[in-house]
Amino acid sequence: MTVLPMLSAASSDAATLAWIVRNLWLIPVIPMVAAGLIALLPQPRRRTAATLAIGSLAISFLLAVTAFAHVLQHWSSGAPTREIVSIDWLSFGSSTLQMGWVLDPLAVIMLVMVTFVGSLIFIYSTGYMSHDENFTRFFCFLALFAGGMLGVIIANSLLLLFMCWEIVGLTSYLLIGFWYHKPSAAAAAKKAFLTTRVGDIFFLLGIVWLFAQTGTLLFYNHGAGAMEPAALAVLLSQHAAWGLTAAGAIALLIFAGAAGKSGQLPLHVWLPDAMEGPTPVSALIHAATMVAAGVYLVARIYPLMSAGAGPGTTTAALTVVAWIGAATALFGALVAVAQFDIKRILAYSTVSQLGYMMVGLATGGVAVGIFHLITHAFFKALLFLGAGSVIHGCHEEQDIRKMGGLRAQMPITFAAYTVGMLALSGFPIFFSGFWSKDAIVGAAHHWPVSQGPFWMLLAGALLTAFYMMRQVGYVFLGVWRGHGHAHESPAVMTVPLVILAFFAIALGLLGTPAWPWFTAFLESRTLAFDLAGFSEPGLVPMMLLASTLVFIALGVGWRLYVAADRRSDTDPDALQSASPTIFHWLESRLYFDELYQATVLRAYALCAWFSAWLDRRFWGGMVAAVACGFRVLGRCNKSVDSEWIDGGFDKGCEELTTAGGVLAWMQTARAPGYLRTLTVGLLILIAVVLIAASIAGQVKL
Amino acid sequence: MTHILSMLTALPILGAVVAVLVGARARMIAVATSIVALLASVGIWFSVGTSGQMVFVERALWVPDLGIEYHLGVDGLGALMLVLAALVTVISILASRSVTRQPGLYFGLVLLLESGLFGTFTALNFFHWFLYWELSLIPAFFLIRLWGGARRGPAATQFFVYTMVGSVALLLSFLALFVATGGMDFIALAHFAATGELHRLIDAHLGHVQLLLACGVLLGFAVKVPLMPFHTWLPDAYAEAPTAITILLTGAMSKMGVYGLLRIALPIFGREMFVMRNELLALALLTVVAGAWAAVVQKDLKRIFAYSSINHLGYCLLALFAILLPMAGDPARTLSASAALDGAILQIFNHGLTAATIFWFLCMMEERSGGTLALDAFGGLRKRVPVFCGLMGIALFSSLGLPGLNGFVSEFLIFRGVFPLSWQAASVAVLGLLITAAVILTVLQRVFTGPLRDRWSAMPDLTLTERIAVAPALVLMLLLGLAPQILLGVINPTVLHLIDGWRF
Repeated sequence: MTVLPMLSAASSDAATLAWIVRNLWLIPVIPMVAAGLIALLPQPRRRTAATLAIGSLAISFLLAVTAFAHVLQHWSSGAPTREIVSIDWLSFGSSTLQMGWVLDPLAVIMLVMVTFVGSLIFIYSTGYMSHDENFTRFFCFLALFAGGMLGVIIANSLLLLFMCWEIVGLTSYLLIGFWYHKPSAAAAAKKAFLTTRVGDIFFLLGIVWLFAQTGTLLFYNHGAGAMEPAALAVLLSQHAAWGLTAAGAIALLIFAGAAGKSGQLPLHVWLPDAMEGPTPVSALIHAATMVAAGVYLVARIYPLMSAGAGPGTTTAALTVVAWIGAATALFGALVAVAQFDIKRILAYSTVSQLGYMMVGLATGGVAVGIFHLITHAFFKALLFLGAGSVIHGCHEEQDIRKMGGLRAQMPITFAAYTVGMLALSGFPIFFSGFWSKDAIVGAAHHWPVSQGPFWMLLAGALLTAFYMMRQVGYVFLGVWRGHGHAHESPAVMTVPLVILAFFAIALGLLGTPAWPWFTAFLESRTLAFDLAGFSEPGLVPMMLLASTLVFIALGVGWRLYVAADRRSDTDPDALQSASPTIFHWLESRLYFDELYQATVLRAYALCAWFSAWLDRRFWGGMVAAVACGFRVLGRCNKSVDSEWIDGGFDKGCEELTTAGGVLAWMQTARAPGYLRTLTVGLLILIAVVLIAASIAGQVKL
Repeated sequence: MTHILSMLTALPILGAVVAVLVGARARMIAVATSIVALLASVGIWFSVGTSGQMVFVERALWVPDLGIEYHLGVDGLGALMLVLAALVTVISILASRSVTRQPGLYFGLVLLLESGLFGTFTALNFFHWFLYWELSLIPAFFLIRLWGGARRGPAATQFFVYTMVGSVALLLSFLALFVATGGMDFIALAHFAATGELHRLIDAHLGHVQLLLACGVLLGFAVKVPLMPFHTWLPDAYAEAPTAITILLTGAMSKMGVYGLLRIALPIFGREMFVMRNELLALALLTVVAGAWAAVVQKDLKRIFAYSSINHLGYCLLALFAILLPMAGDPARTLSASAALDGAILQIFNHGLTAATIFWFLCMMEERSGGTLALDAFGGLRKRVPVFCGLMGIALFSSLGLPGLNGFVSEFLIFRGVFPLSWQAASVAVLGLLITAAVILTVLQRVFTGPLRDRWSAMPDLTLTERIAVAPALVLMLLLGLAPQILLGVINPTVLHLIDGWRF
């Protein structure tokens, strides 16, 4: 009898796999166990909670590095760089649903990034949250988040990925609403969960469709996985609606989930509101890792997204991804220009950058998109933690108009922030963002379908450098316009900033055209240093164009926000004075929230109201009418059937009347009396049914 | 141990007698009896095995001339229902702490109800099956009528009459079947139906009334589950019943309907249901979507979760009716049908566990709030009762279908099964998932977050005893969410065996 879960490694060659591959599951499970332990701790055990959370993630980091070394070694020795372990999870019908994990370059890069950035943010949080009364709860949620996110990364099953994906969504919900006494935080948390769930509903349909068609949810399974040629050929041979193949339709459904998580249009509305959460949460979840999970998902199912594409052509799914990504990139950058909340600017910047990653995936392939994901994770985490340091130093002030001149009081934060800002702006040569963003813009330029996304990305790049210059001008340059005295943050907060700043510069070295380590690693190709990489046609002019745009934008930003000396927090913004209407539209985020309020949410409320009306009036009225009808029928019609039914009704009513009388008696009677009543009632019931049955029997006989 | 099922059914009756006799300390007796019953049913569950066949069969001729035979037996489905009924009864009794009026009678009735449930889930002959079916109704009526809320009178009457109408229709259909076939044994009737003999016999004895008979049977079950639009008794009954009894109503009694559809309606009237499949499917979708939507505008926590229960059981109905749909390719169809049915049966258990736990928390909240469960009355409770909030949150997220907890697995399997059979139905039904999430998050938001109201500034958090009491239910949710094979290992062979015997 096999009622116990079949948690045994199914693959016969499991024993021959390296230790780290067989035990890769430890990487997500260790933080999850830590979260469970922290949940059981009493509130005052702050030190223990922080130690458990940081310690568990540090162990996961070490394991991730071990896994990285393992993959590197396979890569350099020419061995296969993708290894999987599968286990049986449940069985239905004659089939078995398998789950498992995968270790390949894509997964291991993400593992190292998430555990490393995560550890730094955990450490930073001990300083940032040091006065919070729910300190232990905070670390419990953070650790659970880390576990879920790492689970998303190593999942070799779309279902396991979805499960971890939802757990990540839960922790995002819990952490956005961490300061739950604030109604705005509670509302933002709910909005985040529901908006992403809209995407997840489509995602779920995509999963069941894929499962029904291919019979597996494993990505890779020695040729039998859903992302491998045999299954893809099946999907390509089937036609869904609107000229799409089943592969294209499923890919689009899954992309809807990715769009929800990664804040792509039109599901981006939750991400800026998510800034209600504590700033380390914004850095970890809503900038560096979770929101990038959608990008990671698209990369993970890339064989499905690109199934059927030949040389020089693309697929319907990737075309949609490219356009949505480009629109999001431009939209986010436009709106970021007109925000005054230091975190909201960064939030819209994140929306925009996620759009770049999507375009990178759609036009340039996995490596182009993921390289930007990794560099962005570092410099955006740096920017958010820097913003947190600023907010901390300015006594919880978030309005950039009430800051200014902080470079003097917060020199370390200023220096680190400037590095992050230049990386995000794509400042040439010395910063990682330049290389990763340039690769995307270049790929969009070579996209065979349209040049639209390319121009949108260029416009976005211009705006990005501009709004970052504007922000730095407001916050760090000029004169102090706030209240009280700003102060530099403690070392526990600034040291992570400096480390992140180092990587915001250094990571660019991994992805230059002369030494494209990143692409080679992800695609398991050989790698050599070759300056001829720069001689690719159009590459250098493209870099010059992008650099020129960055310089222009930085210059204009400097001119408007630094050179123009701002003295008061009530001075209108330079753009506001230039064009109040456009600025107001951008400041109001192009009225997306208002639009949804007027359409989707109104329709939702209307349907709810209608359902309740249907319930009370329509169905309720119908029941009353039927009951009335039977009564009339019983009076007029003396046929046997209606007598029976009517008799049943009368019997029921009689019992009720009797019951009423009995009840009145019961209220005053003693306990043994009830027993008698019950027993007698039961006996009568049995007798009635027996007699009825025997009468029926006699009729028959 | 050949009479284990009879003994299990008799045990709560015995407990009821003792409970009524001892009066004041009846709760102790009830707790002890229900826990023994739970252990026994868990024992039965683990002995059912993976054959998919009926086990622990008891047969004795009773009234041979009338085809009445005392026939008991359980397969994976029956055994799971036993465990659920026993579990929900334990929860209900544990939750009934504040019953001070006539505790002897109260707990006696609860145990009698449990006996009715056990009998319903083990009987294989219509005769005594119907006795138990009705036996469970009578204690439920009195429990609502005597211990219910302010408007308990009309609610109890409506509940009773409505369910009675369904039962009468059921009874009439079975009397007709008896006239036609001379027997009332479920297994025999199902066999007749599969061979087409039943259709012929009804034609010969009664004329062309198969659809009418099927409608009668379906009505009996549709009211009990309920299937919209036969649900109008439910919100009032759930809201007016004492909350601990609502646990029984939603956790166990509503499952009698789904069980009946699986054990009786589909095997015996599969052909007739096949004719009505589109209408039935449309009603199931209505149940899923309108049930969830109607919950949005409710102002009372019990009513919200009453409608949410309609929605959750709607997924079971969706699965049960979707398997009637034709689909190309026989192995693929069987695979989808078994996914749908595995999911539906798992959903029966998961919803029973989760809904019972949620109403248990509502019980504890009622004790703390002096009786009110109005949504508007609360706010910011998390600050005052963080453990309550956290533990109830687990149950709520299980109801929402969060992966890692039990509810997700069954809903996933249902969608896996339904999608290939009808992608349109699956696409409409996912809307229910979204609305349910909105409803549950709104409850969390309105009750637990925001500024704390002064009125609740002294509300006590869960005591240690309460934490220990609810912990097993929450652990079970997590366990079934992570390792569903514990249940599916037995459910799946049963489902395969069932499907094998059905002919639509």
